Amino acid sequence: MITNLAILITLFALVMLVVVRVQAKGTIALSVVMINAAVSSWMAIRALLGEPIDVSFHAGLIFGEVPIRVDPLSGWFLLMMNLTTITGILYGIRYMIPYSHQPSNITLHYASYILNHLAMIGIYTIENSLAFLCVWELMAITSFMMVIFEHGKTETIRAGINYLIQSHICILFLTVGFIWVSSNTGSYDFKAIGAYSAGIIPGLSLLLFGCFFVGFAFKAGFVPFHTWLPYAHPAAPAHVSGVMSGVIIKLGIFGILRMILLIQENHLLIGYTILILSLITGVYGVMLAIIQHDLKKLLAYHSIENIGIIGIGVGIGTIGLGLDNSYLIVAGFAGALLHTFNHSLFKSLLFYAAGTVYQTVHTMNIERLGGLIKKIPQTAALFLLASLAICGLPPLNGFISEFLIYSGLFGGIRSNLLTHSVIVIAAIFSLSVIGGLAMLCFAKAFSVVFLGRERHPTRHQTPERDALRLFPKYILALLIVAIGVFPQLFVGVVAKPVALFTEENLLSPILPGFIDVTRMISLSAWALILLCLAVLGIRKLITASKPVSVAPTWGCGYPAPSHRLQYTANSFVRSFRKLIHGLLIMNKKEGVIEDVFPRPIHSETHPYDKLESLLVDGPTRAIRAFMGRFRFVQNGSVQFYISYGVVFIFITIAVPFLVNAVVYVIGLIKQISL
Amino acid sequence: MSSIGLILIVTISLFFSGIVIRTKSVLSGRKGPGIFQPLKDVWRLFRKGAVYSETTSLIFRIAPSIYFSTVLMAIFFIPFGSYPGLLSFRGDFVFFAYVLALGKFFMIISAMDTGSSFEGMGASREALYSMLAEPAFFILMGSFALLTGYTSFFEIFNNLHFGSHTSYALGTLATFVLVIVAMVENSRMPVDDPRTHLELTMIHEVMILDNSGFDLGLILYTTNLKFAMYGALIANFLIPSGMALHYAIGVFIGIQILFAVMVGIIESFMARFRMNHNPQYIFTLSAISILLFLGVLLMLGRFD
Repeated sequence: MITNLAILITLFALVMLVVVRVQAKGTIALSVVMINAAVSSWMAIRALLGEPIDVSFHAGLIFGEVPIRVDPLSGWFLLMMNLTTITGILYGIRYMIPYSHQPSNITLHYASYILNHLAMIGIYTIENSLAFLCVWELMAITSFMMVIFEHGKTETIRAGINYLIQSHICILFLTVGFIWVSSNTGSYDFKAIGAYSAGIIPGLSLLLFGCFFVGFAFKAGFVPFHTWLPYAHPAAPAHVSGVMSGVIIKLGIFGILRMILLIQENHLLIGYTILILSLITGVYGVMLAIIQHDLKKLLAYHSIENIGIIGIGVGIGTIGLGLDNSYLIVAGFAGALLHTFNHSLFKSLLFYAAGTVYQTVHTMNIERLGGLIKKIPQTAALFLLASLAICGLPPLNGFISEFLIYSGLFGGIRSNLLTHSVIVIAAIFSLSVIGGLAMLCFAKAFSVVFLGRERHPTRHQTPERDALRLFPKYILALLIVAIGVFPQLFVGVVAKPVALFTEENLLSPILPGFIDVTRMISLSAWALILLCLAVLGIRKLITASKPVSVAPTWGCGYPAPSHRLQYTANSFVRSFRKLIHGLLIMNKKEGVIEDVFPRPIHSETHPYDKLESLLVDGPTRAIRAFMGRFRFVQNGSVQFYISYGVVFIFITIAVPFLVNAVVYVIGLIKQISL
Repeated sequence: MSSIGLILIVTISLFFSGIVIRTKSVLSGRKGPGIFQPLKDVWRLFRKGAVYSETTSLIFRIAPSIYFSTVLMAIFFIPFGSYPGLLSFRGDFVFFAYVLALGKFFMIISAMDTGSSFEGMGASREALYSMLAEPAFFILMGSFALLTGYTSFFEIFNNLHFGSHTSYALGTLATFVLVIVAMVENSRMPVDDPRTHLELTMIHEVMILDNSGFDLGLILYTTNLKFAMYGALIANFLIPSGMALHYAIGVFIGIQILFAVMVGIIESFMARFRMNHNPQYIFTLSAISILLFLGVLLMLGRFD
């Protein structure tokens, strides 16, 4: 009843969006998103409190029965998604103000945003494969519309088309999987997937899982299915990037988890595969993130890294299912689910902060920035907080989920299987490398953008005067800190969806231990905060009476250092880049110094994704070369085109005659042979 | 009783680098300053005023205090013999490593805050080298977790038993890894030369060029504290479990002094590597810890 009302309101609002003034469009979008979020969160909270929803309705001949099920897993993802969508629209309506002169474009944008939200709610709740594919498609198309908001720019359109194509490859895999099941069972219900996969031979059900996994991995951005992500995120407006990175790619994680629940097949093999793929994803993502100069592209590659970390958790949990080890199940899945939430918090905060940086200086090239902490101090502080969280540093939320995953790895290393121990130590190695590299990357990103002095003169605006623009960021910051200092509360909630993967009686002896450890972490986090405050207090007491003077930075003997002599982002990571140069493609354009009094020269470096050139560009070129051979058909002369038409008509008429003739001849031969 | 480790580490940190400097002086044929000289320098800095660069922001002023707090926090996790640290739980060494990383992160961004290209250079190197050293520590702890079946500092150290030949070999390797991790994390000799006078070849020293007064004193003292902390880790590793308290304290102090003397000897007879050789050297550490891991597998008979 309430859901019907919400859908009616949404449809009404979509019409209203077209007719109202441009200033009111944001308010309409905000209120509709709020209403939909409230309704779906209510269902989610009920599911998390132990009242899963399971209703179904008849939706005509084609769809059949459409079951709506909200279990704790959907509930967890729904709550997370609603939060980011709300902060996204709160930030978005302020972010969109400078674009008020394009009312129709804004209408399209808000309509897409509302529909995208609705589609995501559908993805988390609908368990009919045909209806699921429809809402998935709606999500893909609306998010494409949101990405190409600034469609005047060529790169934006290119990124959008790239995204659209890759989304549809994802849908292709999902469609194959769903058709496979429904053609064999005659049912669209998700439960049929579980029943069907249990009845066929193991190899086939693994293939079925693989089909779904690849489809969802495209959305989540696992390497090597990640290539759309670094284009789509920077092209979109800041709040859309935040929502895409925060929740849209998590749809893939949700799908993978759902399939692990449904397809009960050789969890050990699936777990190891996911784990190894995630290790590669995490390390590769952060390696490429470090060498990016575009702030939003850097953040996009970090999303790939974080998907890797989530995947490590999922992998550990699935291995736990295979080994019947509840400790691994809890540590892995709880870590993965919590990291999914954590990532949606700090990544959307980072993107919103990047949006404020963009609207202050109108560039995302970090080599041109610097010293912004003096112009937008609050944004700088929020960016720093999110950077610390994304590096997994205590006392913030990223640490908690990484800690859970680490404890799964360290706790699960003891096994009688040699391969198991070796893979786990490889995972520990990779996770610590990911942590270290993330630190290197965010030390670079934060310090080059916000610290020192500006490297090039830029024209400034101060969007920070707008308190409403800061409000959604502070909500996110508050949650980041809250999870970091009170992890026991959130681990208690995340235990509900984890319980779906195992039996209650196996879980109950394990869980109190985890809660105790997180309580100790909470204690340690508080100790750390108090210690820092105490030391800062002592510092203040001691230095209060001491003389303080301000002078230029010590130049090591160089009397007139220019701002452009500051260490750049590129030089900050140069030694790292040299270390991994085999894995990269760096396109360099360097000027040559000539004459006694050389002119100013320019040199540019553009990092390029080697896997992309290998897996996307290479095959694309090959297909184009092959298709190019048929170019003679399209020769531009009208006579030829008319003759094609004539030939086509002739064939369409002739084929039935020919078939009849063949049938007649076969009949004759049969009569003769009789 | 669980604060005994903290008290001992803080006590030793007071004269740790004094011993290092004294060893280096004696080995180069000089008499050298007293072992409390570094502490006196810190005390003198505490009483001075400060000069701040006009480029810097609040980050530069709070970073040294946060750096100090994180090292102190990390010490809370270190057990002493048969007493756990102030805070001890499953996986506490993950918190230990990450809280140290937090302090380092702040020192790196505070160096970048000054806008000096020299300090940026130091920051870049520090970030890279500590990133490379981190996996070695985690693999080391992973191997011990595999060997003992426990995942906290206290439980691991209390359940390590040396017996067979393999275990002695493993003990030597682990001590070696810990010593080198300590040297890298404290920016000491084979990786960084604390006595160098050219900014281009510095790592840690160049990062703190602009710090002065109380902040500089705090940073210098934190370096001592960090050294004593790693010494305590090594000592914990070597003190047999169940040793009586007064013996354990004696052994602990003995190992710390030995460690300091050894650092002095290494610094006297080794030259710093070329900067571009450092990453390989540090990465070798991970290779050694993987060797350790294979040794543990061998000991547990997993290859049979």
